[in-house]
Amino acid sequence: MDTGSTDSEIISRVLRGEQQAFAELVNRYQNFVFTITLRYTDNREDAEEIAQDIFVKAYRSLADFRGASKFSTWLYTIVTTSCITFLRKKKLETRSLDDEKVFEQADNQNSGFTANQIEQKSKVAMVNEAIKLLLPDDAKIITLFYKGEQSLEEIGVIMGMEPNTVKVKLHRARQRLKEKMEKKFPQEVADASWR
Amino acid sequence: MDTQQHMEDRLWDYIDGMAGEEEKSFIDQLIGSNLEWKTKYKELLDVHQLMQTSLELDEPSLRFRQNVMEEIAKYQIAPATKSYINKNIVRGIGAFFIVMVIGFFVSGFAQVNWSDSSSSTMIPIDFNKVDWSKFFNNTYMNIFMMVNIVLGLMLLDMYLGKKKKELENKTQL
Repeated sequence: MDTGSTDSEIISRVLRGEQQAFAELVNRYQNFVFTITLRYTDNREDAEEIAQDIFVKAYRSLADFRGASKFSTWLYTIVTTSCITFLRKKKLETRSLDDEKVFEQADNQNSGFTANQIEQKSKVAMVNEAIKLLLPDDAKIITLFYKGEQSLEEIGVIMGMEPNTVKVKLHRARQRLKEKMEKKFPQEVADASWR
Repeated sequence: MDTQQHMEDRLWDYIDGMAGEEEKSFIDQLIGSNLEWKTKYKELLDVHQLMQTSLELDEPSLRFRQNVMEEIAKYQIAPATKSYINKNIVRGIGAFFIVMVIGFFVSGFAQVNWSDSSSSTMIPIDFNKVDWSKFFNNTYMNIFMMVNIVLGLMLLDMYLGKKKKELENKTQL
């Protein structure tokens, strides 16, 4: 499916009326967009619905993409606003990163891993399970940094923050992820080299 | 700042390659000579590498792309925002508000008795003596409303004119 064209080339084709070319962009970014929406909803059906809506919005607003940033940065900005709108619609309380109760709630989520299950989990599974225990903003910032190929400046644009704020948030998010792994997967962490 | 947190922040910057040259060589020395820094560095580096190598993306259902393409087939790409925002209208609105603010200031300053030295404050205005009814009397409100109505009619005229042009273009095609 991937023709090796750059995002800009594909966008030009779509803007010239070649609607099917948009499928290439969907193919390139669907996993990332879906992963971020899943971090917010924790429900595959909702996440897929939001992700679909994000691509439709991106398509309809494509003429507004001026190429000042990477297409992915522009797309992830739509992801952020769509996820926030979804949370508002669902009337979920906006949770502060500094709220201790939130951490307790997050701690209690998905905490049903038995010792045997944990032992069988690979490091890959451990990281990917642990990230689900984080708050959506923490999970998103880590995912953007490690999987989204976005710089701190670009993450700042996506999340509407200063790069320095993003840097501090990223530090804290990684620290929390490390704590989650140590707490929920002690055996795996013991096998890992940092303990 | 908490020392431990400060150390971690500096190490994360170092690991992410965001530390300056001077800071980098300083941390190099610390890692080489201080056991606490060395242990913490190794700990954070392991976490960093774990995330680099082990973090995975979830995949939507197989039909996802098809669903998106079916959905977008119902829509057309909207024209770029800048193509339908008329800068003259924005400038006109801006000018109107600037004129209003300047008007209020001129009227306000016109009421100040600059030669009055009895005022104890630094500002030569006795706010108790300012006649606010001059600003918010019926005449002022009527003028304000009239200007707004004229502006509204101008905007409506421009909008209808644009629509008319679009219709003419379509019929020519």
